[in-house]
Amino acid sequence: MTASNPDAAAKPDWSLAGLRFGAVLALPVLPGMIAFGIAVGATAARKGFSLVDSVLMNALVYGGASQMVAMEVWPDRITLASLAALALLTATVNARMLLIGASLRPWLGPLPSWQAYPMLHLSTDPGWLIAMRYRAEGGNDAAVFLGASLLVWAAWMAATTAGYLMGALVSDPRRIGLDLVMPIFFAAMLVPLWRGGRRAFAWGVAGAVALATEHLVSGWWFVVTGAIAGSLAEGFADE
Amino acid sequence: MSELGGPGTLAAILAMAAVTYPMRAGGFWLMAHVPLTLRLRRILEALPGAVVVATVLPILVREGLPAVLAIAAAGAAMMIRRNDFLAVIAGMTVAALARAWLS
Repeated sequence: MTASNPDAAAKPDWSLAGLRFGAVLALPVLPGMIAFGIAVGATAARKGFSLVDSVLMNALVYGGASQMVAMEVWPDRITLASLAALALLTATVNARMLLIGASLRPWLGPLPSWQAYPMLHLSTDPGWLIAMRYRAEGGNDAAVFLGASLLVWAAWMAATTAGYLMGALVSDPRRIGLDLVMPIFFAAMLVPLWRGGRRAFAWGVAGAVALATEHLVSGWWFVVTGAIAGSLAEGFADE
Repeated sequence: MSELGGPGTLAAILAMAAVTYPMRAGGFWLMAHVPLTLRLRRILEALPGAVVVATVLPILVREGLPAVLAIAAAGAAMMIRRNDFLAVIAGMTVAALARAWLS
């Protein structure tokens, strides 16, 4: 982190070739994205969402992990209180995106706001990874980020819709384990996140606080309390 | 019975979108004004894993053995092949088999 103004950097390039190149760079992450999209779409169907609501959620919220958790806890009746609870849960799961945006600042900061801010809606973990790798190798075409993000977004919309249609066909989701798709996918995500040491401690704290919360309070508050406790534990555990 | 599909559902989706966009744009905006401290960065980096553990562990306890076996299979597939697709298929297959046998 330097003290200098990050916007003082040169204005990045912005080209059609960059847009295409970004899409090419995104190809390797598509299978994982599609697997997750199918799972999210199937969950929406299983939970009884309409196709329109499912598409809207995928386009507007566009945060698979937060949607999975929110759909699992979706209340029978939306009241002001349950609306606030859903919003808090979503915000907690998606707070990691603050980091993605922060790390894009030095690169996309010089762009005009009308270009940068709409583009940020399309930021995702895989799209960001690809773009940062390109950037680390010396690339300076901001359209690469947009190209990668647009392709990931298109794949997401197609996969979630396909997953919804498939999920709607299944009569007994429990029998094929469809109700466990979210925890299964989440657990697989843990493997690359493993670092041992301080992180193992943080996961222990997250798990213990989540279990204690579930025991004491009904609903899905355990996700919020466990997640916050775990990330604070890692942040404040000085080795 | 649930009222999925009514204006409440749309309101909830819009509320979720309304809190998610500031997360996407907020870090970008903030960096122009204040530097991100190392501590805050570390807390945010820890968030994905903590969300996953806090979500999954209570489900495991609630759903019992089939869920534990399914997640172990998904984790093993992920460790061996590093492939999300395969991990989900392995997990669901084991969940279906375990439920068929254990019930």
